Amino acid sequence: MNLTLNIWRQKNNTDKGGFREYKVTDVSKDMSFLEMLDVLNEQLAEKGEDPVHFDHDCREGICGMCSLYINGKPHGPLQTTTCQLHMRSFNDGETITIEPWRAKAFPVMKDLVVDRSAFDRIIQAGGYVSVNTGGVPDANEIPIPKRVADEAFDAATCIGCGACVAACKNASAMLFTSAKISQLALLPQGQVERKERAEKMVAQMDAEGFGACTNTGACEAECPKGISISNIARMNREYFSAVVSSENV
Amino acid sequence: MSWVSKTLSSTLGRKLLMALTGLFLILFLIGHVSGNTLLFKNDGGEAFNIYAKFMTTNPAVKILSYLTYISVIAHVVYSIILTRVNKAARPVPYASSQASTNSAWNSRNMGVLGTIILIFLVVHLQGFWYQMHWGNLPTVQYNGEEYKDLYTIVKFAFQQEWLVALYVISMAFLGFHLSHGFASAFQTLGLNHVKYSPAIKKVGLAFSIIVPALFASMPLYIYFMN
Repeated sequence: MNLTLNIWRQKNNTDKGGFREYKVTDVSKDMSFLEMLDVLNEQLAEKGEDPVHFDHDCREGICGMCSLYINGKPHGPLQTTTCQLHMRSFNDGETITIEPWRAKAFPVMKDLVVDRSAFDRIIQAGGYVSVNTGGVPDANEIPIPKRVADEAFDAATCIGCGACVAACKNASAMLFTSAKISQLALLPQGQVERKERAEKMVAQMDAEGFGACTNTGACEAECPKGISISNIARMNREYFSAVVSSENV
Repeated sequence: MSWVSKTLSSTLGRKLLMALTGLFLILFLIGHVSGNTLLFKNDGGEAFNIYAKFMTTNPAVKILSYLTYISVIAHVVYSIILTRVNKAARPVPYASSQASTNSAWNSRNMGVLGTIILIFLVVHLQGFWYQMHWGNLPTVQYNGEEYKDLYTIVKFAFQQEWLVALYVISMAFLGFHLSHGFASAFQTLGLNHVKYSPAIKKVGLAFSIIVPALFASMPLYIYFMN
C-alpha cells in the first residue's frame, strides 16, 4: 500500500503547529497503524529529520497509552485502540489525516503527544478505597452478586486513553470519570469514601476544564472498551445524592 | 460558596437545571397543546375564548405560568453558560471530523435548534400572548359575560402564508429538539435503567412527533378552513 499522511506537527507546548504531508510506500496491510508510523519515522530518521512523536506503550490494547485522531475519529475507523488498528482498514492510495486529541485539559506537548495527567488528578481526587492493613483476608470473603461484580468490572475495563474526551463535541470527561466512580461505587469496598469520592472527582473534573455532557453518546460509540453511558447516569445519581446528604457543607 | 451554589455551578448541577426546566417545559407543552385543540371546535371560537380567559385569570394557572417563564429563562441562560464552558473545553478544533458516525445530528446541535425555537417563541408571544395581556382586542359576549376575542386574532393571523409556514417549520425544529431532549433529561437526572430507559426513549420519540404535529396542524387547519 502507498499512503499519503497528513500529520499534525508541533514543536512544543507553545508552538502554533500545523499539518505536514508525508508519503509512505510499500506498507503491508497486516501492519498495525503504529507500525506504519514506525516505518515513516525510520524514513524521517534516515533523512535526518525529526521523527513524528506519538504515544504508545503495550501495543496490546490494554494500557491506554496510544491515542491519535485518525480521519476524524479517535483511534481511527474501528472501535478499538490505535495499536490494534491494522492497515487493512484503509485503502491503497488513501490520504490519512492524523491529529492529536483536542481538549483544553489535554495540552499538546509535541506533535501527536498530549498530556493526559488531568485524568490522573481526577483519580487522585477520589478514585481509591480504604483497605485494612491487617492480616491477609480470605478470598471471596465479601459476598458480591455476580451481576454487580460484572458491572463493576465492565466499568473497570476503562484504560483511560481519553478517546471519550476526544470524541465528545464538548471535550467532556464524563465517561471516564463516571467509569472510575462506578467501578468503586458498585462494590462493598468502595462504600467508605462513596459520597466524598463522587463530590471530589466531579469537582476535579470541572477544575481541569473539561466540558459538560450533552448525552450525544459519541463517547460510548468510540470507546475502545465499550464503556456504557449508563455509567454517566450512575455518576449523576452518585453526585446528586452525595451533595444533598454528605456532611461536606 | 454554599454547597447549594457550589453544586448548581458545577457541570452536573447546571445539567440538572437544564433537565428539570426542560421536563417542566415538556409538561407545559402537554397543557398548551391540549387546551389549544379547542381551536378545532367549530363554534366560532367560543370555547377557545372562554379557555383563554380562564388561562389568563385563574390564580393557579398564574403560578404555573410564572414557573413556565422562569423555566424558559433558566433553560436559555444555563444553555448559554454550558455552551461557553463546552466551547472553551476545545479551543483548537479538529481539521477533520466524522461526528455523524458516532452521534445524531440533533444531539450535537441542541443549541442551534434551541435558538431557532427561541426566535419562534418571541414571534409567537408577541403575536398572541402579548395581545391577550396588553393588546387592544375586540370583545365578544357569551351568556352576558364579556370575553376578549383572541380567536379572531388567531384566525386572522393564520390567513398569512408566511406565518403559517413559520409555525409549521418551527414545530419541525421543536420536534428535533424534543427527540433528543426528552430522553436526555432522564439520563441527566440519573434515571437510566434496563427496564425503563427503552420505554422512555420510545415515549420521547412519540412525544416529539405527536405534540409538534398537533401544534403545526392548528395554523394549517385555520388557514385551510377560512
